[in-house]
Amino acid sequence: MAKTVIPIGPYHPLQEEPEFFKLLVEGEKVVDLEIEIGYNHRGIEKIAESKSYDQVVFLVERVCGICSTSHPIACVNALEDLGDINVPERALYIRSIVGELERLHSHLLWLGLAGHFIGYNTVWMWAWKYREPILDIFEKITGNRQHYAMMKVGGVRRDIEADDIPAIGKMVDGLLPVLDMFRGAVMDDPVIHARLKGIGVLTKEDIFEYGALGPTARASGVAIDVRKDDPYGAYPLVDWQVITQAEGDVFAKAVVRILEMYESIRIIKGCLDRLKVVGGEIAAKVKEIPPGEGIGRHEAPRGEVFHYVRSDGSNRPVRYKIRAPSYMNVPTNQKSVVGGTISDATITLAAVDPCYCCTERVAVVDTKTGNKRLTGQYLIRLSQEKTFKIKRNLVV
Amino acid sequence: MTAREILKRVRDRFSDKVLKVFEKSPRRVYVDFDPKDVPEVVRFLFRELGGRLATATGIDTRNNIEILYHFSFDNSGTIVSLRTLVDRGSPEIESITPIIKGAEWIEREIHELLGVNFVNHPNLKRLLLFENWPEGKYPLRRE
Repeated sequence: MAKTVIPIGPYHPLQEEPEFFKLLVEGEKVVDLEIEIGYNHRGIEKIAESKSYDQVVFLVERVCGICSTSHPIACVNALEDLGDINVPERALYIRSIVGELERLHSHLLWLGLAGHFIGYNTVWMWAWKYREPILDIFEKITGNRQHYAMMKVGGVRRDIEADDIPAIGKMVDGLLPVLDMFRGAVMDDPVIHARLKGIGVLTKEDIFEYGALGPTARASGVAIDVRKDDPYGAYPLVDWQVITQAEGDVFAKAVVRILEMYESIRIIKGCLDRLKVVGGEIAAKVKEIPPGEGIGRHEAPRGEVFHYVRSDGSNRPVRYKIRAPSYMNVPTNQKSVVGGTISDATITLAAVDPCYCCTERVAVVDTKTGNKRLTGQYLIRLSQEKTFKIKRNLVV
Repeated sequence: MTAREILKRVRDRFSDKVLKVFEKSPRRVYVDFDPKDVPEVVRFLFRELGGRLATATGIDTRNNIEILYHFSFDNSGTIVSLRTLVDRGSPEIESITPIIKGAEWIEREIHELLGVNFVNHPNLKRLLLFENWPEGKYPLRRE
């Protein structure tokens, strides 16, 4: 049978992480996958060497537009590890509230996209609708919907005022029935079961070999979560649990993300309660960063963010290393996509949540004739049609 | 496994090969090895002690190229960074990708940004840089 190459990516005006997936298919089946990255390499690690430590915190916030506070949290953790800096308790709660609000909006964003890819456009529109109040809260407490600029070495830059606490509590309470609805929509829907179960499976061994992280790892029964494993911020001070699923398929990844949002709400409410009673400073005074090296991590919505910093005692780093979770998660597609069908490729590639808007740039080229071209919409339609077919069969 | 226990296992196994140990804090330790011992130590940390490769960092110190392999031991939140110094003139070290699949990208990245040759890497081509970027120019080198 003739092999066809399906190039997915790399550019789309919406995406923040251009990637290029070259699928090699035989008929319906994906037989190989090549991944190319680097389309958006901005040299942030190199730029960091010319910035002062105060500026570096802002710089790393620009690594990602979705999980924009994750990198600053890892950054301040690294610098506080380097300089043995203690952070006031009040600042820890504020940090973790911002971190968890971010997880909520990021998971809702993923849920919407995943819904769109399998033809559940109502899920898409609802998920993004219910994401809005979170961004409004961000605007209220940080001044920005994205790029909150809340972190600084030794603490946070802005306090959460007593007046704002009820509004945050009200917003997350309002989110609970929404999550119940989504949980029902995913976990009780026979079509979604038929569509997502057993596809894009990653085993525990795969996770270990590739070093995969976050919900991708936890959906395969690997209970790693920096918030519990290497406690920082307010995570050891409030009550919550790590969510895992055993199956490792796309369905399990969706379930992990949905259930994690409940835990985020628990963390936020726990922190808000503590903020009412814990006063004091919101930042320690940090004079200088001594020579040495430090490592900081944060559990971003997509998994562990890893920052390494080396200082020579001057006001700027000698070396600043950043590793985002998609760097480890995206290569797992070589396991999860290969062997599946093209109609499952879109949702499987999206299952690791790589900020994957590239699909709309898909073109299918027949290597033999070279003239057969199909658009990205075609692949999404293929995926959606499979869902509709399952739906029809179930109804009959 | 805590940092102390990991260090003890490493010392028991590689007593004479450990060049230096630095305990930065209870959950952050650094162990120095000669480049030729790296694959063996990586295999031990990964296969026998169950460390997860978080990433690797390459640094041009002007005297050497320094590579740090960061292993995370998630049951105790410990990061063991395996440090090695390779010759700056012709930086070369055995690839660990045959041992850990997840090291493929980071070795390719260090290869193109610092010019380190990872011997026996299965796919040592560029990862991030533009294809027309000149050969022999390494963005993270301090020239």
